Amino acid sequence: MSNHDKMSKSAAHKNVTGYMFLAPFLVLFFIFTLVPVAVAMCTSLTNYNMIQKPSFVGLENYRFLLLDDDVFLIALQKTLFFALVTGPVGYMASFFMAWIISLLKKGRGFFALAFYAPSLTSGVAMSTIWLIIFSGDRYGYLNNFLLRIGLIAEPILWTKDANYVMWVIILISVWMSMGTGFLVFLAGLQNIDPALYEAARVDGIKNRIQELRYITIPLMKPQLLFGAINSIVNSFAIFDVATSVAGMPSPNYSAHTIVAHLYDYAFTRFNMGYASAVAMALFLITFVLGRVCMKIFKSDTD
Amino acid sequence: MTGKIVFRKAALRKPKLKKVQMSQVMLLLLMAVLVVFTSTPMIAMICRAFMPLEELYIYPPRIIVRNPTLQNFSDLLTSLSASVVPFTRYIFNSLFTTGSAVFLSVLVCCMGAYGLVKFKPIGSNAIFAVILAALMFSNHVTQIPNYMVVNAMGLINSYLSLIIPKVAVAYNFFLVKQFAEQLPDSILEAARIDGCGEFQTFWKIAMPLLKPAWSTLAVFSFVNNWNDYFSPLIFINRNAMKTLPLALQTMAGGAGVVARAGTVGAATLLTTAPAIIVFVIMRGKVMQTMTYSGIKS
Repeated sequence: MSNHDKMSKSAAHKNVTGYMFLAPFLVLFFIFTLVPVAVAMCTSLTNYNMIQKPSFVGLENYRFLLLDDDVFLIALQKTLFFALVTGPVGYMASFFMAWIISLLKKGRGFFALAFYAPSLTSGVAMSTIWLIIFSGDRYGYLNNFLLRIGLIAEPILWTKDANYVMWVIILISVWMSMGTGFLVFLAGLQNIDPALYEAARVDGIKNRIQELRYITIPLMKPQLLFGAINSIVNSFAIFDVATSVAGMPSPNYSAHTIVAHLYDYAFTRFNMGYASAVAMALFLITFVLGRVCMKIFKSDTD
Repeated sequence: MTGKIVFRKAALRKPKLKKVQMSQVMLLLLMAVLVVFTSTPMIAMICRAFMPLEELYIYPPRIIVRNPTLQNFSDLLTSLSASVVPFTRYIFNSLFTTGSAVFLSVLVCCMGAYGLVKFKPIGSNAIFAVILAALMFSNHVTQIPNYMVVNAMGLINSYLSLIIPKVAVAYNFFLVKQFAEQLPDSILEAARIDGCGEFQTFWKIAMPLLKPAWSTLAVFSFVNNWNDYFSPLIFINRNAMKTLPLALQTMAGGAGVVARAGTVGAATLLTTAPAIIVFVIMRGKVMQTMTYSGIKS
Protein backbone atom coordinates (compact mmCIF):
# COMPACT_ATOMS: atom_id res chain seq x y z
CA MET A 1 0.00 0.00 0.00
CA SER A 2 1.45 3.34 -0.98
CA ASN A 3 1.80 6.12 1.47
CA HIS A 4 -0.87 8.11 -0.29
CA ASP A 5 -3.43 5.33 0.05
CA LYS A 6 -2.71 4.97 3.72
CA MET A 7 -3.29 8.66 4.27
CA SER A 8 -6.53 8.81 2.38
CA LYS A 9 -7.75 5.72 4.16
CA SER A 10 -7.06 7.22 7.54
CA ALA A 11 -8.70 10.49 6.45
CA ALA A 12 -11.83 8.60 5.46
CA HIS A 13 -11.72 6.68 8.70
CA LYS A 14 -11.43 9.94 10.62
CA ASN A 15 -14.40 11.44 8.81
CA VAL A 16 -16.60 8.43 9.38
CA THR A 17 -15.67 7.96 13.04
CA GLY A 18 -15.85 11.68 13.69
CA TYR A 19 -19.36 11.91 12.32
CA MET A 20 -20.44 8.78 14.13
CA PHE A 21 -19.59 10.47 17.39
CA LEU A 22 -21.14 13.73 16.26
CA ALA A 23 -24.32 12.20 14.86
CA PRO A 24 -26.56 12.20 17.96
CA PHE A 25 -25.67 15.77 18.78
CA LEU A 26 -26.03 16.98 15.20
CA VAL A 27 -29.41 15.34 14.71
CA LEU A 28 -30.91 16.81 17.88
CA PHE A 29 -29.20 20.14 17.35
CA PHE A 30 -30.60 20.25 13.84
CA ILE A 31 -34.16 19.41 14.91
CA PHE A 32 -34.36 21.57 18.01
CA THR A 33 -32.11 24.52 17.21
CA LEU A 34 -31.31 25.01 13.53
CA VAL A 35 -34.64 24.05 12.01
CA PRO A 36 -36.54 26.12 14.60
CA VAL A 37 -34.48 29.21 13.79
CA ALA A 38 -35.24 28.73 10.10
CA VAL A 39 -38.89 28.03 10.84
CA ALA A 40 -39.11 31.11 13.05
CA MET A 41 -37.66 33.18 10.23
CA CYS A 42 -40.22 31.85 7.76
CA THR A 43 -43.14 32.02 10.19
CA SER A 44 -42.31 35.65 10.91
CA LEU A 45 -43.27 36.42 7.31
CA THR A 46 -46.70 34.88 7.69
CA ASN A 47 -49.94 35.18 9.50
CA TYR A 48 -50.34 31.92 11.39
CA ASN A 49 -52.66 30.96 14.23
CA MET A 50 -51.89 27.20 14.41
CA ILE A 51 -55.37 26.28 13.15
CA GLN A 52 -55.59 27.75 9.67
CA LYS A 53 -52.78 27.43 7.16
CA PRO A 54 -50.16 30.16 7.41
CA SER A 55 -50.65 32.94 4.88
CA PHE A 56 -47.70 34.86 3.53
CA VAL A 57 -47.72 38.53 4.48
CA GLY A 58 -44.16 39.55 3.63
CA LEU A 59 -42.64 42.06 6.00
CA GLU A 60 -45.98 43.17 7.38
CA ASN A 61 -45.25 41.74 10.85
CA TYR A 62 -41.98 43.63 11.01
CA ARG A 63 -43.61 46.81 9.80
CA PHE A 64 -46.23 46.52 12.50
CA LEU A 65 -43.61 45.58 15.07
CA LEU A 66 -41.43 48.60 14.48
CA LEU A 67 -43.99 51.23 13.53
CA ASP A 68 -47.36 50.46 15.06
CA ASP A 69 -46.90 48.22 18.08
CA ASP A 70 -46.44 50.69 20.89
CA VAL A 71 -46.35 47.92 23.45
CA PHE A 72 -43.42 46.27 21.69
CA LEU A 73 -41.54 49.54 21.76
CA ILE A 74 -42.21 49.72 25.50
CA ALA A 75 -40.97 46.15 25.85
CA LEU A 76 -37.88 46.92 23.80
CA GLN A 77 -37.13 49.97 25.87
CA LYS A 78 -37.69 48.14 29.17
CA THR A 79 -35.55 45.21 28.07
CA LEU A 80 -32.72 47.43 26.82
CA PHE A 81 -32.70 49.42 30.03
CA PHE A 82 -32.78 46.25 32.07
CA ALA A 83 -30.04 44.57 30.05
CA LEU A 84 -27.79 47.63 30.03
CA VAL A 85 -27.87 47.75 33.82
CA THR A 86 -27.94 44.07 34.78
CA GLY A 87 -25.57 42.77 32.12
CA PRO A 88 -22.54 44.94 32.87
CA VAL A 89 -23.11 45.06 36.64
CA GLY A 90 -23.51 41.30 36.96
CA TYR A 91 -20.61 40.69 34.59
CA MET A 92 -18.19 42.95 36.37
CA ALA A 93 -19.28 41.79 39.81
CA SER A 94 -18.70 38.17 38.86
CA PHE A 95 -15.29 38.90 37.39
CA PHE A 96 -14.30 40.94 40.41
CA MET A 97 -15.37 38.23 42.82
CA ALA A 98 -13.68 35.48 40.86
CA TRP A 99 -10.52 37.57 40.82
CA ILE A 100 -10.57 38.14 44.57
CA ILE A 101 -11.30 34.51 45.28
CA SER A 102 -8.43 33.41 43.06
CA LEU A 103 -6.13 35.51 45.23
CA LEU A 104 -7.27 33.77 48.39
CA LYS A 105 -5.48 30.84 49.87
CA LYS A 106 -8.11 29.88 52.37
CA GLY A 107 -11.88 29.90 52.24
CA ARG A 108 -12.13 29.65 48.45
CA GLY A 109 -14.83 27.03 48.70
CA PHE A 110 -16.86 29.04 51.16
CA PHE A 111 -16.77 32.27 49.18
CA ALA A 112 -17.31 30.49 45.88
CA LEU A 113 -20.44 28.91 47.31
CA ALA A 114 -21.66 32.14 48.91
CA PHE A 115 -21.36 34.04 45.63
CA TYR A 116 -22.48 31.26 43.38
CA ALA A 117 -25.47 29.97 45.34
CA PRO A 118 -27.89 32.73 44.21
CA SER A 119 -27.41 31.86 40.56
CA LEU A 120 -28.29 28.26 41.40
CA THR A 121 -31.74 29.27 42.54
CA SER A 122 -34.89 29.32 40.48
CA GLY A 123 -36.11 32.82 39.75
CA VAL A 124 -39.68 31.69 40.17
CA ALA A 125 -39.06 29.91 43.48
CA MET A 126 -37.08 32.76 44.98
CA SER A 127 -39.75 35.22 43.91
CA THR A 128 -41.89 33.96 46.80
CA ILE A 129 -39.18 35.35 49.09
CA TRP A 130 -38.62 38.51 47.07
CA LEU A 131 -42.33 39.27 47.18
CA ILE A 132 -42.08 39.18 50.98
CA ILE A 133 -38.90 41.25 51.07
CA PHE A 134 -40.45 43.84 48.73
CA SER A 135 -43.97 43.53 50.05
CA GLY A 136 -45.82 46.83 49.85
CA ASP A 137 -47.01 46.85 53.47
CA ARG A 138 -45.22 47.23 56.79
CA TYR A 139 -44.64 43.51 56.95
CA GLY A 140 -42.26 43.62 54.00
CA TYR A 141 -38.67 43.19 55.18
CA LEU A 142 -37.41 46.17 53.20
CA ASN A 143 -40.23 48.53 54.12
CA ASN A 144 -39.94 47.47 57.74
CA PHE A 145 -36.20 48.09 57.73
CA LEU A 146 -36.48 51.49 56.03
CA LEU A 147 -39.33 52.57 58.33
CA ARG A 148 -37.35 51.55 61.37
CA ILE A 149 -34.24 53.51 60.42
CA GLY A 150 -36.52 56.42 59.53
CA LEU A 151 -35.65 56.64 55.84
CA ILE A 152 -39.27 56.50 54.75
CA ALA A 153 -42.47 57.52 56.55
CA GLU A 154 -44.92 55.38 54.59
CA PRO A 155 -44.41 51.88 53.19
CA ILE A 156 -43.57 51.84 49.49
CA LEU A 157 -45.43 49.68 46.98
CA TRP A 158 -42.23 48.28 45.49
CA THR A 159 -43.77 45.82 43.07
CA LYS A 160 -46.91 47.79 42.18
CA ASP A 161 -45.46 51.23 41.61
CA ALA A 162 -44.16 51.61 38.05
CA ASN A 163 -41.34 53.81 39.32
CA TYR A 164 -39.84 51.06 41.44
CA VAL A 165 -40.76 47.75 39.89
CA MET A 166 -38.02 47.77 37.26
CA TRP A 167 -35.39 48.50 39.88
CA VAL A 168 -36.66 45.67 42.03
CA ILE A 169 -36.37 43.30 39.06
CA ILE A 170 -32.88 44.62 38.31
CA LEU A 171 -31.76 44.10 41.89
CA ILE A 172 -33.08 40.54 41.93
CA SER A 173 -31.50 39.78 38.57
CA VAL A 174 -28.14 41.17 39.58
CA TRP A 175 -28.37 39.05 42.69
CA MET A 176 -29.05 36.01 40.54
CA SER A 177 -26.72 36.76 37.65
CA MET A 178 -23.53 37.45 39.55
CA GLY A 179 -22.74 33.78 39.33
CA THR A 180 -23.33 33.43 35.59
CA GLY A 181 -19.79 34.09 34.49
CA PHE A 182 -18.29 33.46 37.87
CA LEU A 183 -17.25 29.83 37.47
CA VAL A 184 -15.91 30.38 33.98
CA PHE A 185 -13.86 33.34 35.18
CA LEU A 186 -12.57 31.42 38.17
CA ALA A 187 -11.55 28.64 35.78
CA GLY A 188 -9.68 31.05 33.57
CA LEU A 189 -7.97 32.74 36.48
CA GLN A 190 -6.75 29.51 37.96
CA ASN A 191 -5.38 28.33 34.64
CA ILE A 192 -2.99 31.24 34.41
CA ASP A 193 0.53 30.06 35.09
CA PRO A 194 1.77 31.74 38.31
CA ALA A 195 5.26 31.89 36.77
CA LEU A 196 3.93 34.58 34.42
CA TYR A 197 3.24 36.84 37.37
CA GLU A 198 6.73 36.23 38.71
CA ALA A 199 8.23 37.07 35.33
CA ALA A 200 6.10 40.20 35.10
CA ARG A 201 7.28 41.30 38.51
CA VAL A 202 10.86 41.09 37.27
CA ASP A 203 9.81 43.12 34.22
CA GLY A 204 8.59 45.89 36.47
CA ILE A 205 4.90 45.28 37.07
CA LYS A 206 4.29 46.77 40.48
CA ASN A 207 0.82 46.04 41.74
CA ARG A 208 -2.21 43.84 41.29
CA ILE A 209 -4.04 46.34 39.14
CA GLN A 210 -1.19 46.31 36.63
CA GLU A 211 -1.07 42.53 36.86
CA LEU A 212 -4.76 42.47 36.07
CA ARG A 213 -4.42 44.84 33.14
CA TYR A 214 -1.32 43.42 31.45
CA ILE A 215 -1.47 39.72 32.25
CA THR A 216 -4.76 38.50 33.66
CA ILE A 217 -7.22 40.18 31.30
CA PRO A 218 -5.31 39.49 28.07
CA LEU A 219 -4.93 35.83 29.04
CA MET A 220 -8.57 35.60 30.08
CA LYS A 221 -10.01 36.74 26.76
CA PRO A 222 -11.61 33.40 25.87
CA GLN A 223 -13.37 33.22 29.25
CA LEU A 224 -14.28 36.89 29.19
CA LEU A 225 -15.87 36.43 25.80
CA PHE A 226 -17.80 33.36 26.89
CA GLY A 227 -19.01 35.21 29.99
CA ALA A 228 -19.98 38.28 27.98
CA ILE A 229 -22.05 36.31 25.49
CA ASN A 230 -23.82 34.48 28.29
CA SER A 231 -24.49 37.68 30.09
CA ILE A 232 -25.97 39.34 27.00
CA VAL A 233 -28.15 36.37 26.15
CA ASN A 234 -29.41 36.02 29.72
CA SER A 235 -30.08 39.67 30.33
CA PHE A 236 -32.06 40.10 27.12
CA ALA A 237 -34.05 36.96 27.85
CA ILE A 238 -35.44 38.37 31.11
CA PHE A 239 -38.86 36.90 31.69
CA ASP A 240 -39.50 34.71 34.71
CA VAL A 241 -38.29 37.12 37.37
CA ALA A 242 -40.17 39.97 35.74
CA THR A 243 -43.46 38.08 35.48
CA SER A 244 -43.31 36.52 38.92
CA VAL A 245 -42.52 39.83 40.61
CA ALA A 246 -44.66 42.23 38.60
CA GLY A 247 -47.26 39.86 37.22
CA MET A 248 -48.36 39.44 33.63
CA PRO A 249 -49.38 41.85 32.30
CA SER A 250 -47.50 44.13 34.65
CA PRO A 251 -49.05 47.39 35.89
CA ASN A 252 -48.90 49.86 33.02
CA TYR A 253 -46.44 47.54 31.21
CA SER A 254 -43.79 48.63 33.70
CA ALA A 255 -42.08 45.23 33.55
CA HIS A 256 -43.12 44.15 30.05
CA THR A 257 -40.08 42.58 28.39
CA ILE A 258 -39.45 41.29 24.88
CA VAL A 259 -39.90 37.68 25.95
CA ALA A 260 -43.09 38.60 27.80
CA HIS A 261 -44.34 40.20 24.59
CA LEU A 262 -43.37 37.07 22.66
CA TYR A 263 -45.14 34.85 25.16
CA ASP A 264 -48.22 37.05 25.08
CA TYR A 265 -48.59 36.86 21.29
CA ALA A 266 -47.52 33.23 20.91
CA PHE A 267 -49.21 31.44 23.76
CA THR A 268 -52.16 33.56 24.80
CA ARG A 269 -53.19 35.01 21.41
CA PHE A 270 -51.70 32.20 19.27
CA ASN A 271 -50.52 34.72 16.73
CA MET A 272 -47.44 32.69 15.84
CA GLY A 273 -46.41 34.79 12.85
CA TYR A 274 -46.20 37.98 14.80
CA ALA A 275 -44.63 36.28 17.82
CA SER A 276 -41.97 34.85 15.52
CA ALA A 277 -41.17 38.35 14.33
CA VAL A 278 -40.69 39.32 17.99
CA ALA A 279 -38.42 36.26 18.41
CA MET A 280 -36.40 37.29 15.38
CA ALA A 281 -35.98 40.78 16.81
CA LEU A 282 -34.62 39.24 20.01
CA PHE A 283 -32.38 36.95 17.97
CA LEU A 284 -30.96 39.85 15.96
CA ILE A 285 -30.24 41.95 19.02
CA THR A 286 -28.35 39.26 20.92
CA PHE A 287 -26.61 38.01 17.79
CA VAL A 288 -25.32 41.43 16.78
CA LEU A 289 -24.18 42.19 20.33
CA GLY A 290 -22.52 38.77 20.48
CA ARG A 291 -20.60 39.51 17.29
CA VAL A 292 -19.52 42.85 18.72
CA CYS A 293 -18.19 41.06 21.80
CA MET A 294 -16.31 38.62 19.60
CA LYS A 295 -14.58 41.56 17.95
CA ILE A 296 -13.75 43.16 21.29
CA PHE A 297 -12.41 40.02 22.92
CA LYS A 298 -10.72 38.59 19.85
CA SER A 299 -7.82 36.49 21.10
CA ASP A 300 -4.51 37.59 19.67
CA THR A 301 -3.46 34.03 19.03
CA ASP A 302 -6.09 33.03 16.52
CA MET B 1 -13.34 32.83 58.59
CA THR B 2 -10.60 33.80 61.00
CA GLY B 3 -9.85 37.01 59.17
CA LYS B 4 -6.57 35.60 58.00
CA ILE B 5 -6.37 35.85 54.27
CA VAL B 6 -3.10 34.78 52.77
CA PHE B 7 -2.25 35.95 49.29
CA ARG B 8 -1.03 33.44 46.81
CA LYS B 9 2.45 34.76 46.54
CA ALA B 10 2.68 36.59 49.84
CA ALA B 11 5.03 33.98 51.18
CA LEU B 12 7.46 34.51 48.34
CA ARG B 13 7.79 38.22 48.90
CA LYS B 14 9.50 40.00 51.72
CA PRO B 15 6.85 40.69 54.31
CA LYS B 16 5.43 44.20 54.08
CA LEU B 17 3.23 43.61 57.06
CA LYS B 18 1.38 46.86 57.42
CA LYS B 19 0.37 47.26 53.80
CA VAL B 20 -0.77 43.70 53.47
CA GLN B 21 -2.86 43.99 56.61
CA MET B 22 -4.63 47.13 55.41
CA SER B 23 -5.55 45.64 52.07
CA GLN B 24 -6.59 42.47 53.84
CA VAL B 25 -8.98 44.35 56.08
CA MET B 26 -10.45 46.28 53.15
CA LEU B 27 -10.85 43.12 51.17
CA LEU B 28 -12.45 41.31 54.05
CA LEU B 29 -14.93 44.14 54.58
CA LEU B 30 -15.89 44.17 50.93
CA MET B 31 -16.28 40.42 50.88
CA ALA B 32 -18.41 40.60 54.01
CA VAL B 33 -20.75 43.16 52.41
CA LEU B 34 -21.08 41.02 49.30
CA VAL B 35 -21.69 37.86 51.32
CA VAL B 36 -24.44 39.64 53.28
CA PHE B 37 -26.02 40.77 50.01
CA THR B 38 -25.94 37.32 48.46
CA SER B 39 -26.88 35.32 51.53
CA THR B 40 -29.63 37.34 53.26
CA PRO B 41 -32.40 36.26 50.86
CA MET B 42 -31.15 32.69 51.08
CA ILE B 43 -31.21 32.76 54.87
CA ALA B 44 -34.69 34.27 54.84
CA MET B 45 -35.79 31.56 52.44
CA ILE B 46 -34.39 28.76 54.57
CA CYS B 47 -35.84 30.22 57.78
CA ARG B 48 -39.32 30.73 56.38
CA ALA B 49 -39.55 27.07 55.52
CA PHE B 50 -39.23 26.24 59.22
CA MET B 51 -41.36 29.05 60.65
CA PRO B 52 -44.60 28.23 62.43
CA LEU B 53 -47.57 30.17 61.06
CA GLU B 54 -47.71 32.67 63.92
CA GLU B 55 -44.08 33.63 63.28
CA LEU B 56 -44.70 34.14 59.58
CA TYR B 57 -47.27 36.83 60.37
CA ILE B 58 -45.66 38.44 63.36
CA TYR B 59 -44.96 42.18 63.45
CA PRO B 60 -42.21 43.32 63.08
CA PRO B 61 -41.35 40.65 60.49
CA ARG B 62 -38.59 38.21 61.33
CA ILE B 63 -35.87 36.91 59.10
CA ILE B 64 -34.43 34.41 61.54
CA VAL B 65 -36.71 31.68 62.84
CA ARG B 66 -37.12 31.40 66.64
CA ASN B 67 -39.08 28.20 67.07
CA PRO B 68 -38.27 26.04 64.06
CA THR B 69 -40.83 23.43 63.11
CA LEU B 70 -41.20 20.75 60.47
CA GLN B 71 -44.95 21.31 60.36
CA ASN B 72 -44.76 23.13 56.99
CA PHE B 73 -43.07 20.16 55.36
CA SER B 74 -45.51 17.63 56.73
CA ASP B 75 -48.42 19.88 55.66
CA LEU B 76 -46.91 20.17 52.23
CA LEU B 77 -46.25 16.49 51.74
CA THR B 78 -49.38 15.05 53.37
CA SER B 79 -52.39 17.33 53.61
CA LEU B 80 -52.15 18.57 50.05
CA SER B 81 -52.17 15.06 48.67
CA ALA B 82 -55.80 14.42 49.59
CA SER B 83 -57.44 16.89 47.20
CA VAL B 84 -55.05 17.74 44.40
CA VAL B 85 -51.87 16.37 42.89
CA PRO B 86 -49.52 15.34 45.69
CA PHE B 87 -46.47 17.53 45.99
CA THR B 88 -44.23 14.49 45.73
CA ARG B 89 -45.45 14.08 42.16
CA TYR B 90 -44.00 17.49 41.26
CA ILE B 91 -40.73 16.50 42.91
CA PHE B 92 -40.68 13.32 40.85
CA ASN B 93 -41.52 15.23 37.64
CA SER B 94 -38.67 17.63 38.22
CA LEU B 95 -36.20 14.93 39.21
CA PHE B 96 -37.06 12.66 36.31
CA THR B 97 -37.04 15.25 33.52
CA THR B 98 -33.95 17.02 34.84
CA GLY B 99 -32.08 13.80 35.48
CA SER B 100 -32.80 12.43 32.02
CA ALA B 101 -31.92 15.68 30.28
CA VAL B 102 -28.63 15.96 32.18
CA PHE B 103 -27.63 12.36 31.52
CA LEU B 104 -28.41 12.52 27.82
CA SER B 105 -26.81 15.90 27.43
CA VAL B 106 -23.56 14.74 29.05
CA LEU B 107 -23.43 11.68 26.82
CA VAL B 108 -24.42 13.37 23.56
CA CYS B 109 -22.33 16.51 24.04
CA CYS B 110 -19.21 14.61 25.13
CA MET B 111 -19.47 12.26 22.18
CA GLY B 112 -19.98 15.15 19.80
CA ALA B 113 -17.18 17.28 21.18
CA TYR B 114 -14.84 14.30 21.21
CA GLY B 115 -15.70 13.44 17.63
CA LEU B 116 -15.25 17.02 16.51
CA VAL B 117 -11.97 17.66 18.28
CA LYS B 118 -10.21 14.34 17.96
CA PHE B 119 -11.16 13.38 14.42
CA LYS B 120 -11.65 16.81 12.88
CA PRO B 121 -13.89 15.43 10.13
CA ILE B 122 -14.57 17.48 6.99
CA GLY B 123 -16.72 20.46 7.85
CA SER B 124 -15.82 20.49 11.53
CA ASN B 125 -14.92 24.18 11.37
CA ALA B 126 -18.29 25.02 9.89
CA ILE B 127 -20.08 22.93 12.53
CA PHE B 128 -18.25 24.68 15.29
CA ALA B 129 -18.97 28.10 13.79
CA VAL B 130 -22.69 27.28 13.80
CA ILE B 131 -22.56 26.08 17.41
CA LEU B 132 -20.70 29.22 18.39
CA ALA B 133 -23.38 31.30 16.70
CA ALA B 134 -26.05 29.34 18.56
CA LEU B 135 -24.48 30.46 21.83
CA MET B 136 -25.57 33.94 20.92
CA PHE B 137 -29.29 33.57 21.16
CA SER B 138 -31.54 32.48 23.96
CA ASN B 139 -33.72 29.44 23.59
CA HIS B 140 -36.76 31.69 23.60
CA VAL B 141 -36.05 32.32 19.93
CA THR B 142 -36.57 28.68 19.04
CA GLN B 143 -39.40 28.13 21.50
CA ILE B 144 -42.28 28.83 19.10
CA PRO B 145 -41.16 26.40 16.38
CA ASN B 146 -40.26 23.93 19.13
CA TYR B 147 -43.79 24.26 20.38
CA MET B 148 -45.10 23.53 16.89
CA VAL B 149 -42.81 20.48 16.60
CA VAL B 150 -43.66 19.16 20.05
CA ASN B 151 -47.33 19.80 19.37
CA ALA B 152 -47.19 18.05 16.00
CA MET B 153 -45.46 15.05 17.57
CA GLY B 154 -48.23 14.89 20.16
CA LEU B 155 -45.78 15.42 23.00
CA ILE B 156 -47.60 18.25 24.77
CA ASN B 157 -47.97 17.29 28.43
CA SER B 158 -45.31 14.60 28.19
CA TYR B 159 -41.99 14.22 29.96
CA LEU B 160 -40.26 13.90 26.60
CA SER B 161 -41.18 17.49 25.72
CA LEU B 162 -39.08 18.63 28.67
CA ILE B 163 -36.18 16.32 27.86
CA ILE B 164 -35.28 15.97 24.19
CA PRO B 165 -35.13 19.67 23.26
CA LYS B 166 -32.66 20.11 26.14
CA VAL B 167 -30.09 17.53 25.10
CA ALA B 168 -28.11 19.06 22.23
CA VAL B 169 -27.37 22.40 23.86
CA ALA B 170 -24.74 24.58 22.21
CA TYR B 171 -23.52 25.87 25.56
CA ASN B 172 -22.86 22.35 26.87
CA PHE B 173 -21.14 21.27 23.69
CA PHE B 174 -18.92 24.32 23.82
CA LEU B 175 -17.86 23.63 27.41
CA VAL B 176 -16.70 20.10 26.67
CA LYS B 177 -15.16 21.00 23.33
CA GLN B 178 -12.85 23.57 24.89
CA PHE B 179 -11.71 21.03 27.44
CA ALA B 180 -11.45 18.08 25.04
CA GLU B 181 -8.88 19.93 22.98
CA GLN B 182 -6.42 19.33 25.77
CA LEU B 183 -6.78 15.56 25.64
CA PRO B 184 -3.40 14.14 24.62
CA ASP B 185 -3.61 12.12 21.40
CA SER B 186 -0.85 9.84 22.63
CA ILE B 187 -3.04 8.29 25.34
CA LEU B 188 -5.88 7.66 22.89
CA GLU B 189 -3.44 6.22 20.37
CA ALA B 190 -2.01 3.91 23.03
CA ALA B 191 -5.51 2.64 23.82
CA ARG B 192 -6.15 1.89 20.14
CA ILE B 193 -2.85 0.03 19.85
CA ASP B 194 -3.90 -2.00 22.87
CA GLY B 195 -6.90 -3.09 20.86
CA CYS B 196 -9.64 -0.76 22.05
CA GLY B 197 -12.36 0.02 19.51
CA GLU B 198 -13.21 3.65 18.85
CA PHE B 199 -16.18 3.72 21.19
CA GLN B 200 -14.29 1.82 23.86
CA THR B 201 -11.44 4.33 23.63
CA PHE B 202 -13.94 7.12 24.05
CA TRP B 203 -15.80 5.50 26.91
CA LYS B 204 -12.90 4.01 28.87
CA ILE B 205 -10.15 6.54 28.21
CA ALA B 206 -11.56 9.86 27.05
CA MET B 207 -14.59 10.05 29.34
CA PRO B 208 -12.62 9.65 32.59
CA LEU B 209 -10.15 12.28 31.39
CA LEU B 210 -13.03 14.57 30.50
CA LYS B 211 -14.67 14.10 33.87
CA PRO B 212 -14.04 17.62 35.19
CA ALA B 213 -15.56 19.06 32.01
CA TRP B 214 -18.65 16.93 31.98
CA SER B 215 -19.15 17.29 35.72
CA THR B 216 -19.25 21.02 35.18
CA LEU B 217 -21.62 20.51 32.26
CA ALA B 218 -23.80 18.29 34.44
CA VAL B 219 -23.99 20.95 37.14
CA PHE B 220 -24.91 23.71 34.68
CA SER B 221 -27.35 21.51 32.88
CA PHE B 222 -28.98 20.37 36.12
CA VAL B 223 -29.37 23.92 37.38
CA ASN B 224 -30.79 25.17 34.07
CA ASN B 225 -33.26 22.36 33.62
CA TRP B 226 -34.28 22.18 37.25
CA ASN B 227 -35.03 25.89 37.32
CA ASP B 228 -36.46 26.11 33.83
CA TYR B 229 -39.80 27.82 33.85
CA PHE B 230 -40.46 28.69 30.22
CA SER B 231 -40.49 25.17 28.73
CA PRO B 232 -42.93 23.62 31.20
CA LEU B 233 -45.00 26.80 31.02
CA ILE B 234 -45.69 26.25 27.33
CA PHE B 235 -45.39 22.47 26.98
CA ILE B 236 -47.29 21.46 30.10
CA ASN B 237 -50.79 22.40 31.09
CA ARG B 238 -51.89 19.30 32.96
CA ASN B 239 -51.44 19.75 36.68
CA ALA B 240 -49.98 16.31 37.29
CA MET B 241 -47.18 16.89 34.77
CA LYS B 242 -45.99 20.22 36.14
CA THR B 243 -42.46 20.61 37.41
CA LEU B 244 -41.60 22.30 40.70
CA PRO B 245 -41.19 25.95 39.62
CA LEU B 246 -44.53 25.89 37.83
CA ALA B 247 -46.28 24.02 40.63
CA LEU B 248 -44.86 26.41 43.17
CA GLN B 249 -46.11 29.39 41.25
CA THR B 250 -49.58 27.91 41.06
CA MET B 251 -49.46 27.31 44.80
CA ALA B 252 -48.12 30.74 45.73
CA GLY B 253 -50.89 32.61 43.91
CA GLY B 254 -54.65 32.45 44.11
CA ALA B 255 -57.02 32.05 47.02
CA GLY B 256 -56.01 30.89 50.47
CA VAL B 257 -52.49 32.24 50.18
CA VAL B 258 -52.33 33.31 53.81
CA ALA B 259 -53.12 29.84 55.10
CA ARG B 260 -50.59 28.37 52.71
CA ALA B 261 -47.70 30.71 53.55
CA GLY B 262 -45.97 27.98 55.54
CA THR B 263 -46.30 25.31 52.89
CA VAL B 264 -45.17 27.78 50.22
CA GLY B 265 -42.08 28.43 52.33
CA ALA B 266 -41.38 24.72 52.58
CA ALA B 267 -42.02 24.23 48.87
CA THR B 268 -39.68 27.09 48.01
CA LEU B 269 -36.91 25.45 49.99
CA LEU B 270 -37.54 22.07 48.38
CA THR B 271 -37.48 23.70 44.94
CA THR B 272 -34.31 25.63 45.58
CA ALA B 273 -32.24 23.18 47.58
CA PRO B 274 -31.49 20.40 45.05
CA ALA B 275 -29.60 22.61 42.60
CA ILE B 276 -27.49 23.94 45.45
CA ILE B 277 -26.90 20.46 46.85
CA VAL B 278 -25.82 19.22 43.42
CA PHE B 279 -23.37 22.08 43.18
CA VAL B 280 -21.98 21.45 46.65
CA ILE B 281 -21.52 17.74 45.94
CA MET B 282 -19.91 18.38 42.57
CA ARG B 283 -18.00 21.43 43.73
CA GLY B 284 -14.76 19.48 43.95
CA LYS B 285 -15.08 18.36 40.35
CA VAL B 286 -16.17 21.79 39.16
CA MET B 287 -13.22 23.36 40.94
CA GLN B 288 -10.99 20.72 39.41
CA THR B 289 -11.97 21.90 35.96
CA MET B 290 -10.57 25.19 37.09
CA THR B 291 -7.24 24.09 38.43
CA TYR B 292 -6.87 21.65 35.54
CA SER B 293 -4.13 23.05 33.45
CA GLY B 294 -2.27 19.75 33.49
CA ILE B 295 -3.06 17.78 30.37
CA LYS B 296 -1.39 19.33 27.39
CA SER B 297 0.18 17.15 24.77
